[in-house]
Amino acid sequence: MKPDIMRLIQGNEACALGALRAGCTFFAGYPITPASEIMETMARELPKKDGKFIQMEDEIGSLAAVIGASWAGAKAMTATSGPGFSLMQEHVGYASMTETPCVIVNSQRGGPSTGLPTLPSQGDVMQARWGTHGDHPVIVLTASSVQTTYEMTIEAFNMSEKFRVPVILLLDAVISHMRENITFPEIEIADRKKPVSTDNFTPFSDETFLAFGKGPRKLVTGLGHDERGYPKTTDGTIAEERLKKSFERIDQHLDTILRYKSYFLGDAEWLIISYGITSRAAKAAVDKLQGVGIATGLVDLQTLWPLPEKLIRDLSERVEGILVPEMNLGQMIMPIRMVVEGRATVQALNRADGRLFQPDQIINAVQKMQQKNGQSISKPTNIFR
Amino acid sequence: MPKTGINLEKYLRRDIMPSPWCPGCGHGNILRGILESFDRLKLDLDKVVVVGGIGCSGRTPYFTNTNSMHTTHGRALAFSTGVKMTNPELTVLTVMGDGDSVGIGGNHFIHACRRNIDLNAIIFNNSIYGMTGGQTAPTTPTGKKSTTSFAGSIEAPFDIVELALAAGATFVARTTTFDFQDMPDLITRAIEHPGFSVVEILSQCPTYFGRINKLGDATEMLDYEKDLTIPGELISREEMIGEMPIGVFREEIKPEFTDQYRKVYSKTEDVNAS
Repeated sequence: MKPDIMRLIQGNEACALGALRAGCTFFAGYPITPASEIMETMARELPKKDGKFIQMEDEIGSLAAVIGASWAGAKAMTATSGPGFSLMQEHVGYASMTETPCVIVNSQRGGPSTGLPTLPSQGDVMQARWGTHGDHPVIVLTASSVQTTYEMTIEAFNMSEKFRVPVILLLDAVISHMRENITFPEIEIADRKKPVSTDNFTPFSDETFLAFGKGPRKLVTGLGHDERGYPKTTDGTIAEERLKKSFERIDQHLDTILRYKSYFLGDAEWLIISYGITSRAAKAAVDKLQGVGIATGLVDLQTLWPLPEKLIRDLSERVEGILVPEMNLGQMIMPIRMVVEGRATVQALNRADGRLFQPDQIINAVQKMQQKNGQSISKPTNIFR
Repeated sequence: MPKTGINLEKYLRRDIMPSPWCPGCGHGNILRGILESFDRLKLDLDKVVVVGGIGCSGRTPYFTNTNSMHTTHGRALAFSTGVKMTNPELTVLTVMGDGDSVGIGGNHFIHACRRNIDLNAIIFNNSIYGMTGGQTAPTTPTGKKSTTSFAGSIEAPFDIVELALAAGATFVARTTTFDFQDMPDLITRAIEHPGFSVVEILSQCPTYFGRINKLGDATEMLDYEKDLTIPGELISREEMIGEMPIGVFREEIKPEFTDQYRKVYSKTEDVNAS
């Protein structure tokens, strides 16, 4: 794909093209709306590149096959929607525990359960972070356009390969199915780091990786283990140490992992923090608010987890209030409030009716916040709503 | 009898011993059968991946000095599918328990059979959930007791051989830990077979199944296995009713999944030629 060519394509197609550009050679999945076109595109395109595609018996098996493929040396991914993402949680944990590079795309639809097929939603942002049991490192990215879907899919692979961590890319039913013109910018492709020497290689010392059949024989387990992969379940301190190291690997690379787009932050008195499809309405709202002299800025989060805490903390020092519009009943607002710690009003704007925000709703919410703030700065009493 | 003088040391990951298996457990016998088949086939252990599920049998990959994956409950075959597809050069042995393979993993099992992918499912069937303390398994015979069926199971058990045959596995065999001299041969044939192979091995669990059902110690349980089964290689389905035959029930060559994938999708062949 030449970088300067512009093509009109669907979000799901952009995701698949991004994956192929990133070097994905294995896809396993199970049909589900609104994610199926990712699988269909991969089924068609992967064999042309000597890649492997398989339609599995369910989503549990899909992510299992992806992890197996990753250990056999493939850059591997799966794509699903909420119900399938719920089934995959078992193996998000396994991938995390075994430091397996893999990419999981979840095109969100209204939940819980079968929910609202197939209306868009942002209801899985907490599940993406905490869906599987136990503490576990994971990176969660989002996209707000067909263009950024292409780019963030490549970034998802890059981060996953570099840091040996499962990366979840959250789309939604609208991004997945809409068509926009996109270009194909050159993005550097990262591969897993190989050890300098295969002698005495231990598979869980750091981010270096050797596939099955390469270098010393490996032992991989979902049990708490040491750097050799040997289970250590009587002395939990060893497993805890490994887990902390996995988290540290992410913490040490926040500069590359944390991605966001900022808009009119310079003189902002009011701030909108949004992500995914909602950022489009938020951006339009910011333009209009700026037009009428209300200094409003926008942070469009492309990395949801880890959350860019320092950025939010710094901004909260100098803005009057922060609006968090989300297509759910209030999820990312919880960690945002914890980071803000009362330094600014944090106001929720929610909808879970399967419809997108209109810019006017966001404008109204900012104006209301402004009026309310003029009377008294009230701190939130219940951070969970 | 296993040939004396075979040194299986190099096939064992010794530094991870001891195993969690109880005294008298049959799983060690099966491990020996697996290692002996490695020896017979002179396998390059660097190119072997042993994948296990969860349960007593799931620990087997620790003890084979191969590439080893200890995965999740019931999903070992799905992991194995990803490994084998990505690198068909690897020999993949998938070791599972009975609850693991046909209880929680039943869906993956029948689809792996149907797909005829060149994996080797070695099923350690001790008729009970051992690691969790002796609960009813989908293989517990009707009337046999467990910690969750104190009056005896009122359910009909799965016959793993029949299930594998119906689902389309192309190599299907069963033996017992009593017939341990047959094991290396059957596992060897399974690995050599180019398609999905199932070897079910009845294994004694004196700690739970034996104790709860008053079947005696390990040696008495081996006698129980002997009495329960009849050598019935390639006997008809009608004759199988009411008996538990052991032997090889199917060995046929059908298109294998990774091979078909290569043939159909290979860039060098024109898919649209016809």
